[in-house]
Amino acid sequence: MEHGAKSRYEIPVLIAVVTLTLVIYVARHAEWFGYLQLSAGLSLILMLLVAGSLIWILIRTLDGNPAGRRMVFLYVAVAVVLPLSMQLTQKIEVTPEVNQLYRGLQALPHGAKVLATFDYDPGSAAELQPMAETFFKYAFDRGFKVIIMGLWPQGPAQANMALTKVLSEERYKVKSLRYGVDYVNLGFQSGNEFVIQRMGGEFKSMFPTDYNGTPYDSLPIIRNVKNFSNIDYSFNLSAGYPGTKEWVLVGVDQFGFKMGAGNTAVQTTGMYPYLRSGQLIGILGGMSGAAEFEEITKYRGKGTKFMLSQSFSHVVVVVFIIIGNVAYIMFERGRATEKKKKA
Amino acid sequence: MLFRVAIAFACLFIIAGVAGQPAGDTALAVQQTIAPVTSLIATNHEYDNGTGIDLIWVPSIDDRLAPSRVTGYEVWRSVVGGSGSRIAELPAGANKFTDEQCSRESTYVYSVVAISVAGNAVSISTAPIQPAREWINLHRLNLLAIAFLVSAAVIYFIQSARSGKKLFVRKIAGLDAVDDAIGRATEMGRPILFIPGIQDMDDVQTIAAITILGRVSRVVADYDTKIKMPVSRSLVMTAARETIKASYMAAGRPDAYNDDMVSYVTDEQFGYVAAVDGIMVREKPATCFYLGAFFAESLILAETGNSVGAIQIAGTAMPAQIPFFVAACDFALIGEELFAASAYLSNEPKQLGSLKGQDVGKAVALVVIVVGTMAATIGSAWDVTFMNQLWSALKVVFQTN
Amino acid sequence: MKREVPLFITFFVGTLLIASVFIPPAESWGENFSVYFDIIAVFAFFLGGGNLLRIHLQKVASKRPDWGYSIVTLVAFLVMLAAGLFKLGNPGGISGNLTTAQSWFQILFQNIMSPLGSTMYALLAFFVASASYRAFRAKNRDATILLVAAFIILLGRTPFGTMLTSWIPPQYDLLQVPNLAIWIMSGPNLAGQRAIMIGIGLGIVSMSLRILLGIERTYLGDDR
Repeated sequence: MEHGAKSRYEIPVLIAVVTLTLVIYVARHAEWFGYLQLSAGLSLILMLLVAGSLIWILIRTLDGNPAGRRMVFLYVAVAVVLPLSMQLTQKIEVTPEVNQLYRGLQALPHGAKVLATFDYDPGSAAELQPMAETFFKYAFDRGFKVIIMGLWPQGPAQANMALTKVLSEERYKVKSLRYGVDYVNLGFQSGNEFVIQRMGGEFKSMFPTDYNGTPYDSLPIIRNVKNFSNIDYSFNLSAGYPGTKEWVLVGVDQFGFKMGAGNTAVQTTGMYPYLRSGQLIGILGGMSGAAEFEEITKYRGKGTKFMLSQSFSHVVVVVFIIIGNVAYIMFERGRATEKKKKA
Repeated sequence: MLFRVAIAFACLFIIAGVAGQPAGDTALAVQQTIAPVTSLIATNHEYDNGTGIDLIWVPSIDDRLAPSRVTGYEVWRSVVGGSGSRIAELPAGANKFTDEQCSRESTYVYSVVAISVAGNAVSISTAPIQPAREWINLHRLNLLAIAFLVSAAVIYFIQSARSGKKLFVRKIAGLDAVDDAIGRATEMGRPILFIPGIQDMDDVQTIAAITILGRVSRVVADYDTKIKMPVSRSLVMTAARETIKASYMAAGRPDAYNDDMVSYVTDEQFGYVAAVDGIMVREKPATCFYLGAFFAESLILAETGNSVGAIQIAGTAMPAQIPFFVAACDFALIGEELFAASAYLSNEPKQLGSLKGQDVGKAVALVVIVVGTMAATIGSAWDVTFMNQLWSALKVVFQTN
Repeated sequence: MKREVPLFITFFVGTLLIASVFIPPAESWGENFSVYFDIIAVFAFFLGGGNLLRIHLQKVASKRPDWGYSIVTLVAFLVMLAAGLFKLGNPGGISGNLTTAQSWFQILFQNIMSPLGSTMYALLAFFVASASYRAFRAKNRDATILLVAAFIILLGRTPFGTMLTSWIPPQYDLLQVPNLAIWIMSGPNLAGQRAIMIGIGLGIVSMSLRILLGIERTYLGDDR
């Protein structure tokens, strides 16, 4: 009986989700979203409306009707989606750790060999892909030779996606960058931190061919790269294990190359000890790290755009924390002390 | 005009020729426009398997100009009685290199070539050298000593617990709640969900999770509760099955065991999360255990568990995920408590003794942190030589490479 | 005997690998054992994949509740397996490269795997909000500290935080919310992280010793 009732809802919901996905997909490819850009004034009015409705929820809470989980979800969705079609920009303050990473990159000479390691998958691409794109833009403008690899199977594919995007821009098309000369993708190798260990001896032992199957020695960019001692800098993008921590503990500690990293916001807190100890030269943390990196390198892109969403949703969460505490102090705490008294 | 072009071509030709074979006599024949590197010394790379040779040199004088006239260095190696080859290209300013591709049977001679636009300069070759193998890595002696100290403390307390000495172990609320949480599921007639993280059996956190599973499944077998364990690694699946089966046998109910209690889903992180969330929403477990190595999925799982009204006990040694479990679960084992859990639940003296041994390590860490912080602060603030020395000494002892 | 052999292997290999850290000629052993592990894990995948097929086929055959989902799982599993392992729909055929953009494998990966993974990850935004809403309440002293720290970090990452406290004079700029957020991250957070890491390190040593010495044998299915 219960099962029957459940499936009555399931099919319409499923159809609705599939239809919505298709509409968004078509809209994206037909550039319909271009018409949806809201002007700055309209955006501000919309934000004020959202703020007003939040105050209304606070008042309802004071009246004894606290908001449920679903209300929180709704507001987060609004806070994330709405700013994407707003023509507002947010002032981005560059934090010391991003600044440090940038200075590390600036210190590299023209033509420096940079190892870019991609240890993430599509799941965390929202945060890390903007960093990858900015990094490639900066590297190609500075004439760095970029050697790409991944300890996650999907990493090199993510790198290729970022590369394709960057290289299709007019600015880089005219540079006529050549695969194998200006950049190379060595692909994925299994074995986690042991890959790093073995690369300390010889890169070729772990990557006899590149991602496309071309032999290591026939690629001019890496023909003379034996191991980490021929690398000027390493940039790691990571979303977990194996990732920045392994690169620091096995790579930087044992082979002493310079390394900067970009991490998902969740993971960044865990990297601060290595930053302080000097094992990492700078870190980009999550979406804000990506936006700051774009700010400091002046390649404004996805990170900066998404930052507004993030800030807006942070404020929404802060407001809901306040509402939650108001509800708690007004009602639940009283109940808790009553219970204690009874006991 | 034509004359200039001809000269430019000639220069290019010479440079190209020199870059191709610098160690030979032709290099010397070229007019040396920059100074070569000096004091090139080759020494055996210490504490390896006889595969490394360290090179150190004083960079070319022309490299000290600003801007440097040297564009980079090349390291050339030749085997005595054999041919030479270029083994590395280094940027300007480099003054050392470690060749890690040597063989113990061969003797090598090295030279370094300073490269510039105007021409290259070859250094004097090193004396022939043969790499040597060492049997003990003395650089890691400090690590060995620390490992010995901590291990000895653990073994000492295990032994003293075996001889019947009473040991105090602080209460861990999350573990005291295990029996009640399983009892709740039994009363409600709903299953227990056990998630052992998303790493394989080579992760010590997964092993810790499986040891706790042993204790949990014993209670589950006694109470006759349903347990469900979707896993993301095949080896974890086989290990968990063995563990649960043994618990059912120990409880005297081997017939109640079923292989389907543990099922493999996928290795893919978010695919696994989607499947587990689906199981939670459909089967509404009364109790959820999340023990092991977790990443971004920690909060997705814990919040879904919370929404279906499950009692949740979580534990992980991933520092970044601990806050999520603390916020979203009823009980959270923080870091080391995950590893202590099985010993704590077993209540066996010798297991508890091992926990006591850890405290010695913590005491050492505590003393060193306090002394080190004080020494560094006093030393730098008032320039006290003894304090600075103490600080440097501590750094040497606790450095890992 | 069923227990003694694994215990002996654990003790022998464990001790060997610990020793290899200090003996240069043996340094590569750890790496080799890791490769052996990978090889075993690859074979174990047949067990996992087989188990997945069996469970879902059974579910479909007996038309148990929600058997429709099992069909989706089976189809997805088999199609991806065919595209990846047997290189079905690969322009270069069985000997061609799977990384070419036109291969079924890449198309499935880019257009299905990738958005699905991002979707699951994106759920975090909602769950972070609902967890904060529920958990950050001033229930007691500890919870209040957590609440205040969360509040400062969240505000510190927004222009709102900068706006709120920009009037604070430069000599007290640590009290500005963004700077307070940075201080919390690099001060108390860092200290806490290190303490937890030291605890974890010691916990691993103690747990490993219990396993090596055979005191802890629950993982072998032994409950004595």
